[in-house]
Amino acid sequence: MALLELRKVGARYPGSRNLALSDISLRLGPEQLVVVLGPSGSGKTTLLNLIAGFALPASGQITLNGAPVSGPGADRGVVFQQDALLPWQTVLENAAFGLALRGVPRAEREEQARRQLALVGLEGFEHRNVWQLSGGQKQRVGIARALTADPSILLLDEPFGALDAFIREQAQELLLNVWQKSEKPIFLITHEIEEAVFLATDLIILGGAPGRIVERLTLPFGRRYAAGEPVRQVKSAPDFIAAREHVLQQVFQAHHA
Amino acid sequence: MSSNAASKALSSAEALEIASPTNRDHASGEERADWKTRLLSGSGFTTLVSVITLATVLFVWWAVTALGYIDALFLPAPQDILSRIARLVTTGYMDATLQQHLAASLWRIGLAMFAAVLLAVPTGIAIGRSRIARGIFDPLIELYRPVPPLAYLPLIVIWFGIGELSKVLLIYLAIFAPIAIATASGVRNVDPTRIRAAQSLGATQWQLLRHVIIPSALPDILTGLRIGLGVGWSTLVAAELVAATLGLGFMVQSASQFLATDVVVSGILVIALIAFVLETGLRHLQRKLTPWQGQSH
Repeated sequence: MALLELRKVGARYPGSRNLALSDISLRLGPEQLVVVLGPSGSGKTTLLNLIAGFALPASGQITLNGAPVSGPGADRGVVFQQDALLPWQTVLENAAFGLALRGVPRAEREEQARRQLALVGLEGFEHRNVWQLSGGQKQRVGIARALTADPSILLLDEPFGALDAFIREQAQELLLNVWQKSEKPIFLITHEIEEAVFLATDLIILGGAPGRIVERLTLPFGRRYAAGEPVRQVKSAPDFIAAREHVLQQVFQAHHA
Repeated sequence: MSSNAASKALSSAEALEIASPTNRDHASGEERADWKTRLLSGSGFTTLVSVITLATVLFVWWAVTALGYIDALFLPAPQDILSRIARLVTTGYMDATLQQHLAASLWRIGLAMFAAVLLAVPTGIAIGRSRIARGIFDPLIELYRPVPPLAYLPLIVIWFGIGELSKVLLIYLAIFAPIAIATASGVRNVDPTRIRAAQSLGATQWQLLRHVIIPSALPDILTGLRIGLGVGWSTLVAAELVAATLGLGFMVQSASQFLATDVVVSGILVIALIAFVLETGLRHLQRKLTPWQGQSH
């Protein structure tokens, strides 16, 4: 059973007649981590905005739990590339913000927020100011905030794009842990090939103009890490390298097509 | 060449020292030892130059009056101004003490400021959020804003007389535009990702305004308040010069008619001091309310 389903979705760039995406069909079920990979301008962000409800499709249909998506809502938690935290609130208040909007009593929402902050490794940071955190820590607060609101699905828009290579790798591992423990399906877009191959259970490569799906792959690496295999062992395994090179070739071909 | 490399090595060693938190604790002991370097570098140095400049101006003022180069009618000596201020506080001028003049002025600007904040902030939010409100208010504000308040003071006097209402209304009009404009631009410039994030957490339109847009625009609103207060203060003094029986502007104006230059200079100094205190106070408030401003994101 698919939680999220896109049927022949097409979209235009805002304020333009040009198509950004055409004929996108995909399904996202529980326990899946779908990664959409594509070069800049392939319509990745447009696709995420459609699912989040920030924009509406020009054609086709998007449904979540069977109901059509018509605007943003708390059933889809979104984590952005640049942190969208509220600097006048503490880490804990930020994480609890979604529940505060719903009128959940303070003690209860803070307990939930503390649990999600612990899940992203920010125990002890509850009363810090968010503007004093590092880039990686801010993104983790963003993930905890999205989780605390208890959405059916987590959408991540190049969440680690602004982080340096070392922090980025740690963040990827953290995301797999969160995915496993929270049992939320994840939809993530990125232009980083190794990141995509490592994280995805289902990899979708976008290419061309307007963007369309050029290849779909089912990959085992994220699950292998989640099952306990060390990260460097996964990333240096021959089949990982082969998959990475294959994807790289596809992306290049799609880019020059 | 070699000294250049040495200074580079030194500066990177300093950088390491600054970065290490354990060394920071020792720094208080060393602080006294190198106060000279601290004084002669960075903002401390600028402050030093400012203090020297003010002291020089004061000294020249004192010197030209003490040596009799300038008649007291044109420029009284600084010590005479001090004693005049003391007498203004105790016996006053024109049937009122300095405090009473000051209180009258502060009351007028306070009332105008209160009314302006109450009306200009919501107007600014409306302009920033709604195309219709923008279409209505933009031309009205842009039409009257560039006109100097003193140019429409006569009309206000014809309509509302020379009482308190006219003065407060004049100041209110002068303050309204900068606050409304600053609020509107603050509201328009709210990071769209912040708004989208709140929408994805289920925020309603009202919650978006209350919890995201207004706090995000607060730094701009406070800047508008600061500009408004500056404009309001100059308008107030000008309005009191024209028609009043109490207030700092009135005190200066009537003293000039009797050639009481010491009262005039005293009044100007107090006006400058109050403007400085108001500005500093608001800056402090801004830092306190929005400490994240100017921090790296």
